[in-house]
Amino acid sequence: MAKRETPLLDQLEGGKWPSFVKDMKEAAEKNPMAEDLLGQLELSYKDRIGHWKHGGIVGVKGYGAGVIGRYSDRPDLFPNVQAFHTMRVNHPTGWFYKTDALRRLCDVWDKHGSGLTNMHGSTGDAILLGTTTDHIQPCFDDLTEAGFDLGGSGSALRTPSACVGPGRCEWACIDSLDVCYNITMSFQDKIHRPMFPYKFKIKVSACPNDCVASIARSDFSIIGTWKGKIRIDQAEVQACTASGLDIQKEVCDLCPTKCMEWDGKQLKIFDEDCTRCMHCINLMPKALRQGEQRGATILVGGKAPILEGALLSWVIVPFMKLEPPYEELKDLILRIQDWWDEHGKSRERLGELIKRLGMRVFLRAVGLPAVPQMVKAPRTNPYVFFWPEDIKKEVK
Amino acid sequence: MAKTDIGPPDYKTMLPPVISRNYGKWRYHEIPQPGLLVHTAESGEKLYSVRAGSPRLVSTDHIREMCAIAEKYCDGYLRFTSRHNIEFLLSDKDKVSPLLAELESKGYPVGGTGHSISNIVHTQGWVHCHTPATDASGPVKAVMDEIYDYFVTMKLPAHVRIALACCLNMCGAVHCSDIAILGIHRTVPKPDNTRVPNVCEIPSTVASCPTGAIRGDMKNKTITVNDEKCMYCGNCYTVCPAMPIADPENDGISIWVGGKVSNARSAPSFSKLAIPFLPNNPPRWPEVVDAVKNIIEVYASHARKHERVGEWIERVGWERFFTLTGIPFTDKHIDDFTLATETFRSSTLFKWE
Repeated sequence: MAKRETPLLDQLEGGKWPSFVKDMKEAAEKNPMAEDLLGQLELSYKDRIGHWKHGGIVGVKGYGAGVIGRYSDRPDLFPNVQAFHTMRVNHPTGWFYKTDALRRLCDVWDKHGSGLTNMHGSTGDAILLGTTTDHIQPCFDDLTEAGFDLGGSGSALRTPSACVGPGRCEWACIDSLDVCYNITMSFQDKIHRPMFPYKFKIKVSACPNDCVASIARSDFSIIGTWKGKIRIDQAEVQACTASGLDIQKEVCDLCPTKCMEWDGKQLKIFDEDCTRCMHCINLMPKALRQGEQRGATILVGGKAPILEGALLSWVIVPFMKLEPPYEELKDLILRIQDWWDEHGKSRERLGELIKRLGMRVFLRAVGLPAVPQMVKAPRTNPYVFFWPEDIKKEVK
Repeated sequence: MAKTDIGPPDYKTMLPPVISRNYGKWRYHEIPQPGLLVHTAESGEKLYSVRAGSPRLVSTDHIREMCAIAEKYCDGYLRFTSRHNIEFLLSDKDKVSPLLAELESKGYPVGGTGHSISNIVHTQGWVHCHTPATDASGPVKAVMDEIYDYFVTMKLPAHVRIALACCLNMCGAVHCSDIAILGIHRTVPKPDNTRVPNVCEIPSTVASCPTGAIRGDMKNKTITVNDEKCMYCGNCYTVCPAMPIADPENDGISIWVGGKVSNARSAPSFSKLAIPFLPNNPPRWPEVVDAVKNIIEVYASHARKHERVGEWIERVGWERFFTLTGIPFTDKHIDDFTLATETFRSSTLFKWE
């Protein structure tokens, strides 16, 4: 049993959902850091306030990212969490693990840290919660020996993440896993050595269902899509009806573009009106398949509220074919990062910079043509900027 | 000297053979029961994925237990989902039932598929963050205990995605969730003038404020805060540690609804404010649990099949959302940040309640 009394946290051990308190107590049985973490968390529950100080700068040789400094504001009570730094470990793309790799990760962490983790953090990394300053480098050495590397933090490229994609999903329009892994390996330097105005996130979803929330959570969003007709297997459509699906009500009536017709026997899709929302395909995976020409829509600017308000990513390339080695994609990422690096203020995200300087300026700088797919509607105000070359000069 | 820049392990070495053989050649999937996905490949081979809930904050011994289960039933292959669930990946159909039985005996909830409430994506909270306005793991545990039934069944009108972030930084990026639980501060940060000159860079502190509430006081090498302009986002504290913002009496939780990230039917959208403030009441946050449960139950009984929370509210109108849920509408619900007027109504088209 843990030595400390934790009457408040104990109340979170009951109930049907798995309890994090149980895991903390399990770790506290054999690890003094975990035991003090439990004690400090109990104090937070009593005081209703956090007890961590602002992070300090800690890291491993050669990197500026991957370790988050953390210190207790009550080291007098909890000396074992006086320094309690986080190691962000880049997860295998798609969060696939073979257990021997996962066991190696656990062994490293039991040797160097608290024995507590997050599987996984919000950006995607495996989070190793809490180690001391003198253990950071040895822990990193053992991690690399075990085949793992650190992820991004601070003003760096953050660990890219991807949906399960072609690993399991029939809706994958692109190889999200390979794109993500390729980007991750190509841009190791940008992940480990922060040199941007602020963080930069890349997420890859293989279809418009966007299971990794790419459009909401990444500066550079890659979302699989298709061109061409949705392929219909009419016999399977009939089978869907037989199994209780009301095709008129549940499929056609909910189609946002009303591009489907159902006469009880045949399903018709007017593909030229379809905006590829996935609703009908989600409901009838056996009967409907996406068009055969596959690629990705590229969007930029997504972020959470800090600083100027939350943004959802904006379309900048309606369709890009994505095939190894993804040179067109990576070249675009580099052009965008260069422009942002050149013009962005400290702690200004890409979306905020585009808002400040204008999409028009951004598109020209990165060499992309303006196309109607980029907007919901053209502007309604008459405050139009023209380029100098648009204006006829007076000829004498 | 350690190797550097080796990158993550190659995912291809982590894939079960049934996936390697059928990579990119999946034909369709079915969900025969909550928590069980069956994917069929063009080759006819099948992959069985059993999805189980996790507290996300897990010990190495707990991970080893997951490994032992995966070794027993899945030849040592498992994965985690973008919502922090665990997925056991099986190629042998006969092992599915014994796996489900073992998971049940060990207390793993199996579900989170189809029209269910999946695991709550969340942040660190008091466990490991320096700016939290609330805890993360605690409220998540308390809410999931109460809505457990919606995780292990598929009886809702559509998916419901809940996320929690313990402050406005939103490491959990909760801003596009069906229901978002967001920690908020409500006390203006007080600069500690004895520390500001030593630990803060004044221009970046001034620039950190979204509403321009912070002014430099170069004479005294510190800054001043205009209380009336401050909405307690805490961003100044992130760049200047000498401006503490946490306050046990006034920190708490706000509830947001109607966001989504999927493009299905309607466009991705932000969550909108439902409840501006609920108190921090550890260890089980009863007010937050009740509020979330109320919204889910009203949604479940009023929405049409396939309507996400936001789509349901759009159809019935926000006026009716507030009537149906009994949540009071206040002046705090009306935006007053940049572009606020986009949310004002410029028509006579509204409902009475």
